[in-house]
Amino acid sequence: MIEIHYFASVREAMQRSKEQLALPESVTTVADLVSLLMQQDESFRSINQSGNPLLVAVNQTVVESSYKLSEDDEVAFFPPMTGG
Amino acid sequence: MNWSQILVQEADFNLSEQYELLREKAGDPGAIVTFSGLVRELYEPGDNGAERIKTLTLEHYPGMTEKSLADIAEQAAERWPLLATSIIHRVGELEPGAQIVFVGTASSHRQAAFDSAQFIMDYLKSNAPFWKKQCTDAGSDWVQSRESDSKAIKRWQ
Repeated sequence: MIEIHYFASVREAMQRSKEQLALPESVTTVADLVSLLMQQDESFRSINQSGNPLLVAVNQTVVESSYKLSEDDEVAFFPPMTGG
Repeated sequence: MNWSQILVQEADFNLSEQYELLREKAGDPGAIVTFSGLVRELYEPGDNGAERIKTLTLEHYPGMTEKSLADIAEQAAERWPLLATSIIHRVGELEPGAQIVFVGTASSHRQAAFDSAQFIMDYLKSNAPFWKKQCTDAGSDWVQSRESDSKAIKRWQ
């Protein structure tokens, strides 16, 4: 199982802040996970197709889409950060 | 090893207390730079002229936020001979005029203190997981990231 967190505009569009997901064997990278979520979830698909940048963190570090996922990873999707 | 403080909190901070803390923890500093960021009342939402902000709400990613700020402070300590570093970032709902962020750096000489404070602020803007939502009479929307903020990082690379 992995835990997926959503923040800011992504959280609002998904209408939830987190969920758990059993990783199918076909999913090995972040890019695979994004494809799976796009198939499964209409809100996630429209976030990705909106053209707005989407960042991904695994275990609280921002990663590229080629990053390999492991069991028990904490994945997070969010828009570009606007602190300060 | 220099002294370092990272705080993510709803509560406000007191500038003179934070300055005194840096002064004490740094040991024998020759320079202390403090920066505070505030909520502006006016902002430019595109071409419609300035609007007045009623509130600014800061969301963050607990855990990753502290980790990212500690990482930025560590990078600064690797680049400059710092004696003490402090980063305080507020979260939750803030009103115009409120303090949002504090960065303080102490060093033996002023250049390191000035440069490292700027470095920390530049990185914090785009590399620490905070998101701002502004509320005006017209409604509320998420603050978009600025290209100038990602450009600001490039000068340190």
